[in-house]
Amino acid sequence: MQKSGDFAAAASRAQLPPPAFTPGATRYGGQAPSPAGILSVVRISTDRCVACANCVPVCPVGAIDIDPVLERAVVDQDRCVECFTCYRGLSTEHLNPTMVRTIRKLFGFFRMRFDPEPDVCPTAAIEPQELSWPRIVRRAFSDPLVPHESTGIHGRGTEEVKTNDVTFRVGEGEAGFTIEFGRPTVSTRFSDISRMTEALAKTGVEFEKNNPVTHLMPDPSTGKIREDILQERVLSAIVEIKTRIERVPEMLRTVTEVARGLDTIVAIGVSTRCSPEGRSALEEVLRREGYPFWRGKTNLGLGRRPSVPERMPEAVSVS
Amino acid sequence: MTNTLHRYGAPETLENDFIVFAMSARGINDQGSVEKFQEFLSIARKHGPVNLGDATKGGVFRPSKSLNPLAHWFRKDERDPERLVAHVDQPTVVSAVFDNRESLTSFLKEIRAADLGLSINISSLTDRADELAREAGITRHSVEYSLGFFGALDKLPDRATLSLATMCGHGMISFNFARKMIDWVKEGRRSPEEASTYMARFCTCGIFNTTRSCAILNDCSRRNRG
Repeated sequence: MQKSGDFAAAASRAQLPPPAFTPGATRYGGQAPSPAGILSVVRISTDRCVACANCVPVCPVGAIDIDPVLERAVVDQDRCVECFTCYRGLSTEHLNPTMVRTIRKLFGFFRMRFDPEPDVCPTAAIEPQELSWPRIVRRAFSDPLVPHESTGIHGRGTEEVKTNDVTFRVGEGEAGFTIEFGRPTVSTRFSDISRMTEALAKTGVEFEKNNPVTHLMPDPSTGKIREDILQERVLSAIVEIKTRIERVPEMLRTVTEVARGLDTIVAIGVSTRCSPEGRSALEEVLRREGYPFWRGKTNLGLGRRPSVPERMPEAVSVS
Repeated sequence: MTNTLHRYGAPETLENDFIVFAMSARGINDQGSVEKFQEFLSIARKHGPVNLGDATKGGVFRPSKSLNPLAHWFRKDERDPERLVAHVDQPTVVSAVFDNRESLTSFLKEIRAADLGLSINISSLTDRADELAREAGITRHSVEYSLGFFGALDKLPDRATLSLATMCGHGMISFNFARKMIDWVKEGRRSPEEASTYMARFCTCGIFNTTRSCAILNDCSRRNRG
């Protein structure tokens, strides 16, 4: 099995383009301390685990259980999305496991139960391990502290209209869509995402070039995501497209129709640039189509990009 | 990240939930932005935010990797906003969460005057953001609307759990943990403030609104008492 840092070579052997992101890379292209530093939280040490079960409910996808035979916490490899929540989110003590087990047994004998802090691993039993391709994509799309190399952005790797005041990505009369899969805390497989992107590609929309999911499409004109990761499960991923505002109803129909057949949740966001007076042309369209639009993100236009004329961003056009 | 876009809840429960964040665009205005991010956070601190965050380092509520066992009885408040500001060392996304419109408006006025040149966004009810931005003398540039959830809706939990869990849009607060905190508050095992702090520690971007969380947990507890 190749190491996590060797995925470009592995992809080459498989005659596929190398992936466009490197979990563990620093935000602006630099590499992590070493490829071996790309870690996975797939192992809970059987030597250290005391089966306190504090890690069980904190797992976003329910991948951790207490094995009744082993009397230790175990991770379901298929469900785990490598989000690092258990490793990073739990505080740790470094208590002696034998001592903790003895106390727990003693309490258990008398039907007593200690009421500990619920966000603590008492013996620091969760141990990071090395990841290999293609499992490495799980962490890239699930751990918000890992930046996507293709965009340099943490989280889901997208800027959307949050920097529209300096990127001018979405102009007046245009609509930008963020179609997010697996949110909230449900998770998704790339096979479901590919079903949506293939349907969208047929409508001739533009996929945002500077988006981590677009980088996983060998040919964005088909919308197909590379075969070798289709069964990988991630906590969430976002597809971004852009259309004219007149096409918003059609795109919403396509997305909601495909979403009905998927085994995950699809969260839709739609954005536009406001008029100089701050009016949004999208509101009328959304009202007419019957969608709620009372919550969202408002870019205040305080970003500055001096001496550069407004231009359209580069996009992958399939029309 | 659409980390803050899809917060779940009825409009009235989101009335006092404002996340303001600052970011630079890669390769455009990120040079020399570290000091500006620090200034954003320093200004925010003066206006009483309920949470602060740096997307690359974490929020003010953080887990401890060397917890003293006495913490089970006497847990220290480990919030350290000064450390958070000082540790910003690369272009990032920084955020401040406010739980009332007065604080937000005064913060916006000061941010506008500071003229940082960063992209500043408010995640909240869109009408309220527009109204308060105008009060601060700002006309909005762009807007992104949350249209909600579609697809396999049977995978979603009850409203209170969903409202708590979606306060970390990256999904770091699991449904099971949010449900457990609701139960613990109902059982009187922890206060809403303690339960909110536990959940906030899992939100790595520091956008969890502890005031709103307390309100949700109190509401669950009240309903339980009939």
